[in-house]
Amino acid sequence: MNCRSEVLEVTVEARQVEEAMLALLHTILLHRSTGKFHYKKEGTYSIGTVGTQDIDCDFIDFTFVRVSSEELDRMIRKAVSEFKDALSNSGSDGMGQISLEFYQKKKSRWPFSDECIPWEVWSIKVNVVNLANEQERQICREKVGEKLGEKVINVVEVINRHEYLPKMPTQSEVDNVFDTTLKDVQPYLYKITYQITDSLGTSVSTTMRRD
Amino acid sequence: MESDLKPQDQKDLDKFIKFFALKTVQVIVQARLGEKICTRSSSSPTGSDWFNLAIKDIPEVTHEAKKALAGQLPGIGRSMCVEISLKTSEGDSMELETWCLEMNEKCDKEIKVSYAVYNRLSVLLKSLLAITRVTPAYKLSRKQGHDYVILYRIYFGEVQLSGLGEGFQTVRVGVVGTPIGTITLSCAYRTNLAFMSNRQFERSAPIMGIIVDHFVDPPCSSQRPANMGHPCNYRAPDEEDGGQFAGVQDSQEVCATSFSTSPPSQVLHAGKEGGALLMPPHGADVHLTVEHAPNTPSSSGDDDGLSQSGERRKEEGRRSVSPSDPVESLNAFTRKVGAFVNKPSTQITAASLDLPFAAFAPRGLDSEENDPMVHPPDSPPCPSPLQGSLHSQGSEGSGQQDDFVMVDFRPAFSKDDLLPMDLGTFYREFQNPPQLASLSLHISSQSMADDLDSLPEKLRVYEKNIDEFDAFVDMLQ
Repeated sequence: MNCRSEVLEVTVEARQVEEAMLALLHTILLHRSTGKFHYKKEGTYSIGTVGTQDIDCDFIDFTFVRVSSEELDRMIRKAVSEFKDALSNSGSDGMGQISLEFYQKKKSRWPFSDECIPWEVWSIKVNVVNLANEQERQICREKVGEKLGEKVINVVEVINRHEYLPKMPTQSEVDNVFDTTLKDVQPYLYKITYQITDSLGTSVSTTMRRD
Repeated sequence: MESDLKPQDQKDLDKFIKFFALKTVQVIVQARLGEKICTRSSSSPTGSDWFNLAIKDIPEVTHEAKKALAGQLPGIGRSMCVEISLKTSEGDSMELETWCLEMNEKCDKEIKVSYAVYNRLSVLLKSLLAITRVTPAYKLSRKQGHDYVILYRIYFGEVQLSGLGEGFQTVRVGVVGTPIGTITLSCAYRTNLAFMSNRQFERSAPIMGIIVDHFVDPPCSSQRPANMGHPCNYRAPDEEDGGQFAGVQDSQEVCATSFSTSPPSQVLHAGKEGGALLMPPHGADVHLTVEHAPNTPSSSGDDDGLSQSGERRKEEGRRSVSPSDPVESLNAFTRKVGAFVNKPSTQITAASLDLPFAAFAPRGLDSEENDPMVHPPDSPPCPSPLQGSLHSQGSEGSGQQDDFVMVDFRPAFSKDDLLPMDLGTFYREFQNPPQLASLSLHISSQSMADDLDSLPEKLRVYEKNIDEFDAFVDMLQ
């Protein structure tokens, strides 16, 4: 199977990095999360309910919708925070990229470990700019808000092509497709990685494990 | 249209389209209420959350949507539209956007109704949630209040976009193919925000459809103007219906999100575990179980969650605008007076309250001898200890006013002494605090002399207790 790959690019101020990444990652995860599966007898299953909530950004004129799950939000925030710290430590001209990869696990026989096969990768390229005065920052607030809106439309457009999605698993296989560790929602298995390119062009890559 | 659908599939599909249309309207209208929406996830299916999404049903909105549909379903040539417009307090109005749920003739015969169509409609609703926060009308709706309100109108039939002005843009939310046609959801939104006149709005009023103005005073403030729909802290369903959604009452059908499958012809692993691939290949028998439940409310936990969160917000709203709040009453009392206005209390009249910069208006009736600009009031006594210390010859208490013309102090944005402690009064009172005794020179010199005299005595005492001090120092080390 070919892995679907989408790239989004944003230019933001340093203080906007966190919210911009949260907005886009949560928008993607909103579409890639379902309610909790409850398997019953005779091969049937029922699906829990996904709640949503509006989040206003403080540094961007933008509101995004995320899944109502504090656990999921905590994990995404942790990953974004690490990315933001890495970006800021790389220097003022740093560019970076954070990737959200959805994958399936394929069980292998001993002694081989399970294989992780990505089926969709979202890469968000970030350019960080420094602004000189408050007026520029105010304009940036609005512009970045508009740009994020365009990116949300891009995300929605891709998702609504209804291209490949992993088949719904049996009870024994559900952990190969979904992250079942959260108590209120069930996103597809995902991992977040990031790369930082500093002004010298060198690249540092880190994977934040989440499976 | 021709359909090779089984009766059960046709029935399911009709139901999905109907509830999808109703939920679409709810999402759009709720996104224009002007407040943030928050619903809870629930790991256990509640039985009334269509498409596995917690989307609250505002009964009036469902009622209006059903009235507009009039028993029909969106289909080819029959679109359901939700029009969002803005109306100012002066009565001018402007269409902002039109959301269209349409169907075209492109059919997907292969798709499974009860699984794939249902899940894709769920994804489409999530996309709608995201996109409704992105179009320009969202920001306008969040700021609605005194100057304008946001209204919605639902109509069925042909899409009308002429009211959106020139250069309107269209964003496609998504499409879902079904065996009877492809459902598309899109939004056309205005880009030119120059005002339309009221007459122009009346001319373009559609034949079908209604304008619904929900002039509801939110419980937290009686001064808030008309608001569209209902805010997030809307409690009417609990009060009127005992916790039920009126929209569900009519059909008495709830969606039990239970999927069942037949044994597949293709499995990844041998089907010994009792489970099966839940997306069987073409031809297998898949159906959605729909339970016909009596008029029961949705899971009490979920309702409680929603109403609790609504209640919390209502309380917060109340707290922030409490009439007993002194700050709030001060603001309310002084609201009408312009900046820099500061007149003696006897001169405040209704006219002067409304006149900004009234203090600078010509005062023909004031005689010169009362004018503070000509005869400055006496200044307070010696202001600062620093000044006192610089003038060591009994400078304490002497006034400095002989060399300066003192102007009555009128701090910016302050009002007259309508209240016991006006800003200006406060400043005047505390502008000249008494000198610190230790900083006053002659007192300090006096104390220094005393200190010097008492030094030998102190030294004698310390030498006597030297052992004690040494022990203390050792303890610290």
